[in-house]
Amino acid sequence: MSALSDLLAAGARVGGHYPWPCVAVTADVWRQATACLAEGAVTLLSLWGDTGRVHMALLSAEEAPPIAVLSLDCPSLRYPSVGASHPPAIRLERAIRDLFGLEAEGALDVRPWLDHGRWGEETPPPYRFLPVQGEALHQIPVGPVHAGIIEPGHFRFTAEGETVVRLEERLGYVHKGVDALLAGAQIGRAERIVARVSGDSTVAYSLGFARAVEAALDIAVPERAVWLRAVMAEMERLANHFGDFGAICNDASFSIMLAHCAVLRERVLRAAMACFGHRLMMDRIVPGGVTRDLDEAGVGMLLTLVESLGEAFAPLAELYDKTASLQDRTVTTGILKPALAAQFGAGGYVGRASGRGFDARRSVGYAPYDQLNFTVPVREDGDVNARAWIRIEEIRESLKLLEQLLTRLPDGPVLASLENAFPGPGEGMALVEAFRGDLLVWLRIVDGHVDRCHLRDASWFQWPLLEVVIEGNIVADFPLCNKSFNCSYSGHDL
Amino acid sequence: MLKTLLQGLRRPLTEAPPTPDPALAALAANLDATARKRLGHSLSIRQVDAGSCNGCELEIHALNNAFHDLERFGLRFVASPRHADVLLVTGPVTKNMKEALERTWRATPDPKWVVAVGDCGADAGVFAGSYAVVGGVSAVIPVDLVIRGCPPSPEQLLRGLLSLLGS
Repeated sequence: MSALSDLLAAGARVGGHYPWPCVAVTADVWRQATACLAEGAVTLLSLWGDTGRVHMALLSAEEAPPIAVLSLDCPSLRYPSVGASHPPAIRLERAIRDLFGLEAEGALDVRPWLDHGRWGEETPPPYRFLPVQGEALHQIPVGPVHAGIIEPGHFRFTAEGETVVRLEERLGYVHKGVDALLAGAQIGRAERIVARVSGDSTVAYSLGFARAVEAALDIAVPERAVWLRAVMAEMERLANHFGDFGAICNDASFSIMLAHCAVLRERVLRAAMACFGHRLMMDRIVPGGVTRDLDEAGVGMLLTLVESLGEAFAPLAELYDKTASLQDRTVTTGILKPALAAQFGAGGYVGRASGRGFDARRSVGYAPYDQLNFTVPVREDGDVNARAWIRIEEIRESLKLLEQLLTRLPDGPVLASLENAFPGPGEGMALVEAFRGDLLVWLRIVDGHVDRCHLRDASWFQWPLLEVVIEGNIVADFPLCNKSFNCSYSGHDL
Repeated sequence: MLKTLLQGLRRPLTEAPPTPDPALAALAANLDATARKRLGHSLSIRQVDAGSCNGCELEIHALNNAFHDLERFGLRFVASPRHADVLLVTGPVTKNMKEALERTWRATPDPKWVVAVGDCGADAGVFAGSYAVVGGVSAVIPVDLVIRGCPPSPEQLLRGLLSLLGS
């Protein structure tokens, strides 16, 4: 495997880009990279626009370095489409056109994506859903306002009787203009915006942003802060997995699981409030370290919490395993085939339930996870049951990780000053494991402010797969499939 | 197994109602007393995310857990605006959600109240000034009560909602 290093050798190295290399490439090398993606030699991590340029981040976990960025100048505001031969790029290309006006030449789908035609004063044009043809089909439009306490998006189902033959998603409803708000923002303002891109992953977003800034400006983070960040990240993962697992069971009308899991989730959030001063631990991770230290009493409280959560969760996992009526709903429902998970580089429990064992904490790796023992659970079945089980196993792993983190927490300061830091220009990136999958942050710092920041939530590559897994399932199983994915709307819509 | 689990929930997890917030009580006092009389001590709530980061949704969800047990106060979430007395609206209202929010509001029968939730619901928070954001909830529909916070805690949400019911 040398696809990534071959591509790197074919471009001109861009200076000041950390920690992974970036090369400026010609349109021919860009096409060559697209061919590598289509063959599956490398995985697409992201594709994003810049002023008159496009960048793509590629992953090849077996190579060193495992990640590379290719940059292509587009003086005519056009670039060769990646999505034309590699479908995971299609929505990213549509978003690039909406936000940066850069056209993907040869693209198969040129409809706008995040732009609903409402940012100006003009009347929005009707959106063209893809045609579905066949006998006795009917459509079920759902959303953007849904029936529960969830984010807005539109789902257009085409069904034949009870069976879904096609689902088309339309997203972008919660687009808040994050890219534009971040361009030109001081780091202090930018970190507050980034923490509010997807509230359920606020710790992961702040962690990714902080790591990218630190990479760009060569800031050394105190050891204790690195470990406290991981404490928060694992608490966030636990809280979300408890919530998701309960909610998946609730969508199969097994509400007692939600009742119990919601209690466990609440205990995590209360401990977060007591130890870090915010239930979701928002704004606690900043470039340079963390804003709150954990005292001895806090360590003790969290260790007690870890123990009690482990005890309380064990019978719940057993209950799931032994309730045939519940498994009747989850087993063989919403199957994602491993080949598709690999093609889309599906992160998190979506990928890991379908044979893709990628976890940014392990596969790319970052401190302090290199010093900790944990297993990355992987299953092959790819159904709702497998995605539920990945969560069960990850809850156990996070509890083990927290115990290690808390008992081996190094001493020392928790925040390095940015006052005398290198002001840039510099480009930095980070790939961190949020609860729903790998989150990529890429940014350029100029004169101490963010010049451009791109955030790619794991949801970008999971949402299209949800359209696939529901096919052939009954309409009533959509909530189960959807909850087992639990993609972020806000993290995707930006 | 099931028996143990049922017993596990029987322990008294549910907490005493929060003490009323004077500022919220004053706001609620301005509400139409006749409307409140007609609805009594029971409110059906339709939550609308008009652009939130989903942080507020997480805490609104927490109102239903065993600690907060929203339904004991006669407050419950409903699936349709046509069944609702209260719209609980989060987010900076994005331009892409403005029409959906207006239509949801029109679909809610009178008398109805609108509660704007979170710093973003109040005035668009950190997203104020974006080309893609209209503003706080009151920039689109009339707002009766604002519950600030980023996100507001379940206790803050509960205080706000209870102030709607009056004492």
